[in-house]
Amino acid sequence: MSWVGKSLRRKEDDRLVRGHGLFTDDELGEGMLHLYILRSPYAHARINSIDTSAAEALPGVACVLTGKDVLEHCDPYMQLGPGPTAEILDYSLARDKALYQGEPVAAVAAETPQLAMDAGQLIDVDYDMLDAVMDVETALENEILVHDNIGTNQTWNGVYEYGDVDQAFADAAHVVKIDRLHFHRYSSTPLENNACVAEWTRHGEVEFLCNNNFAGFAKQLLAPGLRLPIEKIRVRTFDVGGAFGNKIWNYVYMALCALASKKTGGRRVKWSEIRTEHLLASGHGNERTYLDTEVALDGDGVITAIRSRHLDDCGAYTRYEPLGCVIFSQVLAATYKLRNIRIEMTQAVTNKCPVVPNRGYSRMQQLWFMERVVDICAHELGIPADEMRLKNYITDFPYETPNGCVYDSGDYPKMLDMAKELVEWDKWVAYRDEARAAGRHVGIGIGTTLDSGTNNFGQAQIMNPYLPFSGNAEACIIRLDFDGAVVVTLGTGPSGQGHETSASQVVADELNIDPAMVTVRSGFDTNWNTFVGHSGSYASQFAVTGLSAVHGACQKLKAEMRQLAAFMLEASEEDLVLGVGDEGPELRVKGTDKFVNYWAMSNIVNNNNAVLQGELPDVTLNVRHVYRPPFKVPDVEKKFGNLTLTYAAQLHIAVVEIDPATSRVEIKAYAAVDDCGTVINPQIAHGQVHGATVHGIGAAIMESFDYDETGNLLTSTFSDYCPITSVNTPDIAYGNIETPSPFSYNGAKGMGEGGGAPVHTMSAAVQDALHGAGVIVTDSFTSPPRVFDMIRNPNRETAVSVDSR
Amino acid sequence: MSTTEVVAHEVDKIPVEITVNGTVYRREVEPRLLLVQFIREDLRLTGTHIGCDTTYCGACTILLDGEPVKSCTMLAVQADGSDVQTVESLEKDGELHPLQTAFSENHGLQCGYCTPGMLMSSVALLAKNPNPSDKDIRKGIQGNLCRCTGYHNIFKSIEAAAAAMREE
Ligand code: FES
Ligand code: FES
Repeated sequence: MSWVGKSLRRKEDDRLVRGHGLFTDDELGEGMLHLYILRSPYAHARINSIDTSAAEALPGVACVLTGKDVLEHCDPYMQLGPGPTAEILDYSLARDKALYQGEPVAAVAAETPQLAMDAGQLIDVDYDMLDAVMDVETALENEILVHDNIGTNQTWNGVYEYGDVDQAFADAAHVVKIDRLHFHRYSSTPLENNACVAEWTRHGEVEFLCNNNFAGFAKQLLAPGLRLPIEKIRVRTFDVGGAFGNKIWNYVYMALCALASKKTGGRRVKWSEIRTEHLLASGHGNERTYLDTEVALDGDGVITAIRSRHLDDCGAYTRYEPLGCVIFSQVLAATYKLRNIRIEMTQAVTNKCPVVPNRGYSRMQQLWFMERVVDICAHELGIPADEMRLKNYITDFPYETPNGCVYDSGDYPKMLDMAKELVEWDKWVAYRDEARAAGRHVGIGIGTTLDSGTNNFGQAQIMNPYLPFSGNAEACIIRLDFDGAVVVTLGTGPSGQGHETSASQVVADELNIDPAMVTVRSGFDTNWNTFVGHSGSYASQFAVTGLSAVHGACQKLKAEMRQLAAFMLEASEEDLVLGVGDEGPELRVKGTDKFVNYWAMSNIVNNNNAVLQGELPDVTLNVRHVYRPPFKVPDVEKKFGNLTLTYAAQLHIAVVEIDPATSRVEIKAYAAVDDCGTVINPQIAHGQVHGATVHGIGAAIMESFDYDETGNLLTSTFSDYCPITSVNTPDIAYGNIETPSPFSYNGAKGMGEGGGAPVHTMSAAVQDALHGAGVIVTDSFTSPPRVFDMIRNPNRETAVSVDSR
Repeated sequence: MSTTEVVAHEVDKIPVEITVNGTVYRREVEPRLLLVQFIREDLRLTGTHIGCDTTYCGACTILLDGEPVKSCTMLAVQADGSDVQTVESLEKDGELHPLQTAFSENHGLQCGYCTPGMLMSSVALLAKNPNPSDKDIRKGIQGNLCRCTGYHNIFKSIEAAAAAMREE
């Protein structure tokens, strides 16, 4: 019986459908203080003074924090970037300047949330508004500095060059030039906001209950920030209401709660973000501009070279950045086989909300760029979009990319075929052609994307050679409890991906028992879970790293159980079989009635060990395994090396029609084909694909963080940001193929981010609809006002040029 | 400042009587207290969630005298004299409501944060329309956001529950 590969009903659901989940905001302990954060109304402003006296005088207020307190009690957060970027001073509260709208400026802890808010209104901040830098190109002129002390807004620059680019251009039959492309700012905005409860205990430890999704990383940032040793920081999470990467940097808020607790003699302090705070100030996805793109093609439409300049806008601080300036190169040439590439990547700070890893982080920006390049070339050279892809797809695996990444497996043409069939390609081509003849705008777009999973942290050294990071790992502990129950703790704290269920499927297969007999501990606690520096739920890696750790731990437990059972039954280990008998999970001497169940084994080790007479001293039935994927440290000079272990792929096709009255992009048909290697739980995998697809469709046509020129965020409530709803969601025809990864023990590939596939697909479809009207889609956001503008101001003349020889 | 005695800011409170999941609660509340805060903080029924606090996401949906209402958009004092049902009322004697079972069986939830609100909107939908079309279902939950599932499995779950409830 194999449990892996089955759509097992999720263990997590039992509590969640009853409303018995434990989300951070559900923590209602008596006597807690509540934190309110006062935020800058300006994108860029000098803080002359802060008068907190009226707030402090309000009965029920326990403490007020400002930049001064932070300077007194905290050190700036560790910076990952090199050179001047390392000197950026990032604290939990602004000090002399506010650098983006919504930046925390002061905080009040009071007896109730309402009181804290009242007190917040009594704080008087004297600001001088400064000119804001609201786009990356202006930022790079360095006339207005975001961080005065570093003397520049540029936070990273590097050239990724492979092959012989100049020669390829000299030999090209066509050179297509694309003036400018832009990937917009959005984020996946989990439904649960950030939240945290902190207590600075009398023993000088800080305990957090929070919804941070990378607790091991948070601990490493919080400890120096709060001037504590790492072991003094305890981070607990339980149910997390979605994260999508966005909750990685809520440590800045965790530290504020801790500080308020410290200042109030160790009272517990709770902070629950409201939605507007989340949209204003809790992390946006990376915004990217692509300039001076040139594409060389041969006479058949095969792309031979690309050169381009990419500018990444990371907002006001480099939290987790400039890692995005390397992470994109995991998918440098996307699914295409060109070998000559020169991309200059530059990043700058602006007076916008800092960016945070967001589902598809930094790779989708590159994949969107490549898909735009392919479609623009196809349209300009009159090659159908599907043929263009077939000419250019990578077809042989494993495939080493020009920058040394190894694509494990895949079959993009097969996915394209399947997607065409699912969407009913021929029918829609006929529909499109008829509609066009009648003057309507109908388009069909293809988006191919990669979900690279399991990072080699060595890529951080390409960004900053001094960083002591490389490889990747995940840990797991499996043990038998006193009653023989199988208990598993993971290094990851999930946020809806069903880790409890998929881990128990793996354990059940390895021990030949039922998944119902396996308890996978919910939540995560840095004091009690096992973990390593890479542990966490991010970067599409659980199916590989997490489950490999579980699998490895099972092997160790089995080895111990065999030794012990052989001793107890006076049998040889080879004759033992694992299974379930009348007395529960057991090991049995094959074909006999001699067996020992898990309780009996556990009891000997835990309660009755004199029986062992000193034998088997290493058998504890409580084993830890750390899985380490086989990575090498990349060549930092050449920017060359394998940056991720697995490459799941998605191929989407959208058919759209543009409403002539409203310019709304209506989706007539949509197909999504997925390949994540061997599937552990089809229902969960399918659910991840659906979720990522709908996220991406929302991002393409509805969701955008738009700022005005003074730095006001115009979409700071859900009513303005308009997350996609049930009535905007199209039907999705779903298919999957399985090309097992040769690099994971189970053939699985990390998945769940979905690589932003719909964003590329929707841009392609809109361009197909409007190309005849002289439109090149140069922005990833195609909301009705944007489409209206595109139709009114056709840009083909200036956006693209083709030089054919 | 440290742990000095701090006295809560005095505001005139208003008495209310609200029945929640069959129990009558008589409390004094601040006029500005939201119904969702009353449910979560005063009654400690934390199954009802807050996702946007601005009437957009539906995570806080409850039934007020049988009608689905976003409890972040109502003051507790406005619910005086009403009958409220929250997600905690769905399970009866250890038996899950058919909607709860269907959400689990059809993977209609991932993180589960939207689920209580989704369930309550669905209860209201199926009470009015036991045999909803795909379009009815979409409209029935259009005030409920889910950021994880992409909605399709939620549609399936509601359809499955409707079928199961028609058979009962
Ligand atoms: S919390 Fe009430 S609608 Fe979002
Ligand atoms: S399951 Fe996460 S928001 Fe719906």
